[in-house]
Amino acid sequence: MAASARHAFDKESPMISVPSVPAGAPKETAQDLPMRMKVSNLDFYYGKTQALFKVNVNIATNRVTALIGPSGCGKSTLLRTFNRMHETLSHTRLTGTIQLDGEDILRQDVTRLRRRIGMVFQRPNPFPKSIYDNVAYGLRVNGHKKALHDAVEHSLRRAALWEEVKDRLNKSAYGLSGGQQQRLCIARALAVDPEVLLLDEPCSALDPISTAKIEELLIQLKENCTIVIVTHNMQQAARVSDFTAFMLTGELVEFSPTPHLFTTPTDPRTEAYITGRFG
Amino acid sequence: MERHFEKDLEELKERLLWMGSLAERSVHQAIHSVLDADEKLAHSVLDEEPAINELQLEIDDRVVQLLALYQLMAADLRFVLAVARINNDLERIGDQAVNIAQSAQRIVRHPRVKPYVDLPRMSELAEEMMRDSLNALVRKDVDLAKEVLKRDDEVDQLRDQIFRELLSYMMGDSAVVFPAFELILVAKNLERIGDHATNIAEDVIYMVVGSDVRHSAPDRR
Repeated sequence: MAASARHAFDKESPMISVPSVPAGAPKETAQDLPMRMKVSNLDFYYGKTQALFKVNVNIATNRVTALIGPSGCGKSTLLRTFNRMHETLSHTRLTGTIQLDGEDILRQDVTRLRRRIGMVFQRPNPFPKSIYDNVAYGLRVNGHKKALHDAVEHSLRRAALWEEVKDRLNKSAYGLSGGQQQRLCIARALAVDPEVLLLDEPCSALDPISTAKIEELLIQLKENCTIVIVTHNMQQAARVSDFTAFMLTGELVEFSPTPHLFTTPTDPRTEAYITGRFG
Repeated sequence: MERHFEKDLEELKERLLWMGSLAERSVHQAIHSVLDADEKLAHSVLDEEPAINELQLEIDDRVVQLLALYQLMAADLRFVLAVARINNDLERIGDQAVNIAQSAQRIVRHPRVKPYVDLPRMSELAEEMMRDSLNALVRKDVDLAKEVLKRDDEVDQLRDQIFRELLSYMMGDSAVVFPAFELILVAKNLERIGDHATNIAEDVIYMVVGSDVRHSAPDRR
């Protein structure tokens, strides 16, 4: 690769070969891309306490969007509205709209919605079943009968776990390491082919190597899947995401392409947070 | 395990090497515009300068992003810092080439002060130093980089020789003062190009082994 850029030219007529990398560092703005999800004027309440204030954000298709901010800023609350997980809690209420492909998610069948928008949680939570059955469960529930094994293998490969478990698929999922269990949870979520994958601090409970594997995995997955990740580790957001939203006390303070937010943030509160001068 | 930012590091290197190729070509064309009294060649050096400057901006942009986004460590960190420095040296080399081309334009209609002997030799050396310092970067070749450092003295000596010779010509014949003076400037530009090539070689050594050999200081690690 380097040889193509270094061309020994002869002294009579210096010639230089065309560069293999085109000019300009790639710069992507949200305006250029299709949006898988759109959140408009979202207010959210736990009982009488308001937790989100007029949140507006668009989630780009097949990109990784990170939600960052200090504890209690509302990032997990926001994430949980995307597949209506907040409805599992009592006394929650929201106003505003959340759309998936232009359709209001509150008007859709919630089970069907949660198949289209999968979720992975902070602590790995595989079912007390075999590795195979963890992945096959969702498929079976959704009436998938043919080629089950192929679908299970496909999901495990997508989650970069197949090579490590292919010879022990019938063993308990609990026998896997934490990092492997988390990848199994990702495989389980991927099995039903979701359009969106939500991850709530997926690496908090994992060691650095497992974390790195999952980060590389997310970058590969985004080719076919829209990813939203909540992380309290802003370096992770910097490494992995295409767009980053910074939240503070229930407000969305700033939303930018990740390279922009981490080099030249617009809001002083964002700058204070990412330079570690917050609090 | 391959990390996704490795692709960005590789692209950064390619952009830098592309900039190096353009700078090398500018120097070559500039010096030949003097030696061959070629006005067209001088003009193309001036035309190509904006491309080199744009690359400097682009590379700096990429460097900032890589440092912000990826928490680079060890060899990766030294590599990006070395690129940031080499970027500046290449842009300055581009400027020196433009200066040489402008001198060529100014003396193109003047008869030659004297047969060019030392100037071609000096330009050959400066171009070799440039080429080898960039090759050292590509191959991560510390020995080659150290060799480049040794050649700087010879370039400096040639500059002094050219100064002395042209000075005596100027003292002997006031008609040649103008072109001779421009040739002294060209020699000065070439000597600066040699210095920048030396800087690049020092940065390569830092990048590969982490030793800071600038200002002939012993290893400060």
